[in-house]
Amino acid sequence: MNASAISASVTSRLNEIVGAANVASDFVQLATYEIDRKLPAAAVRPATCEEVAEIVKFAAAEKLALVATGARTKLGIGYAPSRYDLALDMTRLNKVIAYDPGDLTLSVEAGVPLAKLAQVLAEHRQFLPLALPFSAHTTVGGAVASGVDSPLRQYYGTARDFLLGMEFVTGEGVAAKSGGRVVKNVTGYDIHKLMIGALGTLGVITRVNFKTFPMPLGTHGFVARFPTPGSALDMRHRIAQSALTPLTMEITSPRVAELFASDAALRYERAPMLPNVISSSEWALSTGYAGNDRVRDRIAKDLQRMAEQSAATGFTILGENLPPAWARKREFIPIALASSPATTIVKISVLPMRIKDALAAAQKFAESNNLRWAAMARGVGIIYFAILPGDHTEDCRQHVATAASATQEACAKLAGHATIPWAPAEWKSTLQIWGPQRPDFAQMQKVKAVFDPQKTLSPGRFVGGI
Amino acid sequence: MDPQLLQALKTTLGPEAVLHRPEELMLYEYDGSVEIARPNCVVFPRTTADVLAIVKLANQYQTPLVGRGAGTGLSGGALSRKGGILTVFSRMNRILEIDIENQRATVQPGVVNSDLSAAVTHAGLHFAPDPSSQKACTIGGNVSENSGGPHTLAYGVTTNHVLSLEAILPTGELIRIGSPALDSPGYDLLGLFVGSEGTLALITEITVKLTRLPEAVKTLLAIFETLDDATETVVDITARGITPAACEMLDGWTLRAVEAYVHAGFPLDCAAVLLLEVDGINETVLQHAEEVADICRAHHAREVRVARDTRERDLLWKGRKNAFGAVGRLSPTYYVQDGVIPRTKLPATLRRINEIGVKYGFQIGNIFHAGDGNLHPLILFDARDEAQFHGVVAAADEIIQYCIEMGGSITGEHGVGMEKDRLMPLLFSEAELDVMRRVRDAFNPQGLLNPEKIFPSKKGCGEIHVRPLPVVGASNA
Repeated sequence: MNASAISASVTSRLNEIVGAANVASDFVQLATYEIDRKLPAAAVRPATCEEVAEIVKFAAAEKLALVATGARTKLGIGYAPSRYDLALDMTRLNKVIAYDPGDLTLSVEAGVPLAKLAQVLAEHRQFLPLALPFSAHTTVGGAVASGVDSPLRQYYGTARDFLLGMEFVTGEGVAAKSGGRVVKNVTGYDIHKLMIGALGTLGVITRVNFKTFPMPLGTHGFVARFPTPGSALDMRHRIAQSALTPLTMEITSPRVAELFASDAALRYERAPMLPNVISSSEWALSTGYAGNDRVRDRIAKDLQRMAEQSAATGFTILGENLPPAWARKREFIPIALASSPATTIVKISVLPMRIKDALAAAQKFAESNNLRWAAMARGVGIIYFAILPGDHTEDCRQHVATAASATQEACAKLAGHATIPWAPAEWKSTLQIWGPQRPDFAQMQKVKAVFDPQKTLSPGRFVGGI
Repeated sequence: MDPQLLQALKTTLGPEAVLHRPEELMLYEYDGSVEIARPNCVVFPRTTADVLAIVKLANQYQTPLVGRGAGTGLSGGALSRKGGILTVFSRMNRILEIDIENQRATVQPGVVNSDLSAAVTHAGLHFAPDPSSQKACTIGGNVSENSGGPHTLAYGVTTNHVLSLEAILPTGELIRIGSPALDSPGYDLLGLFVGSEGTLALITEITVKLTRLPEAVKTLLAIFETLDDATETVVDITARGITPAACEMLDGWTLRAVEAYVHAGFPLDCAAVLLLEVDGINETVLQHAEEVADICRAHHAREVRVARDTRERDLLWKGRKNAFGAVGRLSPTYYVQDGVIPRTKLPATLRRINEIGVKYGFQIGNIFHAGDGNLHPLILFDARDEAQFHGVVAAADEIIQYCIEMGGSITGEHGVGMEKDRLMPLLFSEAELDVMRRVRDAFNPQGLLNPEKIFPSKKGCGEIHVRPLPVVGASNA
């Protein structure tokens, strides 16, 4: 592990800002802030937005690089920071600032865990449609900055669709905000949208305002099983062309059944999967809906008919087994990461009618390189293709690099794109983590220059090494 | 205007695509707001290459440049505040591609909003953002202003439906951001550009999502004796897990004005009506319509009317859609405000708006998107009377001030433009405005594109600019 070093004067200034108890510099503590084998020289735990601004301002002046962290569940996304002096631990910013259920608005500090927030909202039968992986720990700030999506995007979209406003600290230590705390607002530029999925390279998110949603009363799950991905996708297209409006819709490859039944999966969901829900020899389409019994019966009837038309071999209505099945679907990424010593996850995005071709290409390149794989495709056209090598050897690395880059090329030919959000740290330099250089990269550099001209924030982690 | 520039524009675009005589320019000094600003010339590009040529000439002659769609905007976004070249996209009105299976369409910016929906209805699809001006307004304008509409409560605003843009920066760079496939890697430039009010780029091509039309729609009209009952109904509907497709409120005064005009049989003695719409599959609509009607009655609705067919549905909507026209019959001019408040603050805010009306001596009608707390008070005044004109601005500012005190915002869907630039310091600190200005300057470094919009002049926050008197000012939200 490489750790950078900082001078005593830096430590004493950090102590001044947050108090010595909130500055960590011993190896054991710093090890928990590791990003791809790199350790910071210190970890600082501010409690307020003002403290965050002070720290960033100081870091910029001292030319120290910092990475903002929450529950540290998704630091593996992207490249390792090119410099990593300070970890800015945001978990003490953990207050729900305001929640007005009647207005459907919520304002929370970045360090609040999503799970805690879910409890607060559930008291008013509301929720945030962020059914994200690592759900037991992940924080609001991490959820937003990582831009990770969830099965609920089928109906509710992603964070950008219900994030109303934000407070952040720029790379120069300026505390600023954009948007507001009302559900409709066009005042000023939507700078908060730039911060979503930017991996903390434009600003440190300190507070987020969300629109909340009424919890749908009565949710129902359905699973259809198919011999081929083509028939599963045929059903996906039938649903898309029908009047049904699913909350979630995922197509999973045969090996997902094996992954979901594994010990790794039990870390995220203890309840067992019933054996007849998905099988390790078949593809599956799982989809969720809300409504009363009359609605459920109508949907079940339509889905069963569509499943038959698409040559399904089985159709199951999920009753009590809905929560364990759904929890696993949400946690597909961590389960896949825990299922191989060198899991590499390719995230593919294509138009829905091209999912089949993209999946076929990824499958072909994985298999021609003797690699195990599992895939989960969302109905909206996002595929998580997990390559599961048997070990960590140079031979494996070469096979993974070949398969991943061939898949990326194939996706580009399908007018889509593919990134590699998760891969073993030491393999990343040989992979195109963010895909080929995009034509709009010059515009992104302009944005970076406005918010973080000195590259203080998470340098090197994001697209184009920004 | 520089005669050489004019000649260069005519040579490049053809003489029929350039207007410059004063009587021609007069038609382009207005939009849907009460603002006025006259360009030095108006040009009508047909292609992206035309737009590129215009931008290059604007650079060469250091002339301001403003984009414009149908001119239905309500904040002066498409007016040339500093003269220069007004680029009107009405001839770039081709639908370039419709992809039914993937639910995508690519259009030129001058395509009229409802024309796109009409082109895909046969496949059971539509373009969801539905500003009330949708029969005239263009998708380019919708993108620039991030337009909303009555159905945005469930379907979202324009930014939720745009996937990719081709645009020309004021520096002359042709850029393409986003992609028809979701989650383009990198910063969400699309999120920044949509709603940037024409200050970052001229948009030349737009790819949008198409949304499936619901199997069934049920429209309900609920009549209330008090505003509090109506407001509590709105909140309670959500508490039961229902997000209506639309939730519009009209106050009693407005309803009486509407009834005198459309004769839809609205009661003349109520305090407020709610126009509610639920949609989805038949069974969901049945469930939700029953529950919504029950909630209305539980909150003392005097009457709940449920449209039985399309004709009855149109009749219920007629009141809402003709409200601005009905008010227009009563007054030579009106001013539409566009404040936003947390929706539970509706009763208090309406009481305050009425007090402000009394204080300044104006009748104010209230029509609003109650589901999202977006108010549209209509202040009736006579623009020929200068004192009234200044009074109406003061009254409108006071309403906005109150919205901000309630935790709200100065514009929900009309934009800041040149109408509310001076109000921005009420919401954003100088440091925050500076961050936004630097974003603008990164893409629009010389400020040639749509100058003096969104941001207040740096002369001082308290200064209120005096507008020229409008000749007419009727508008449509």
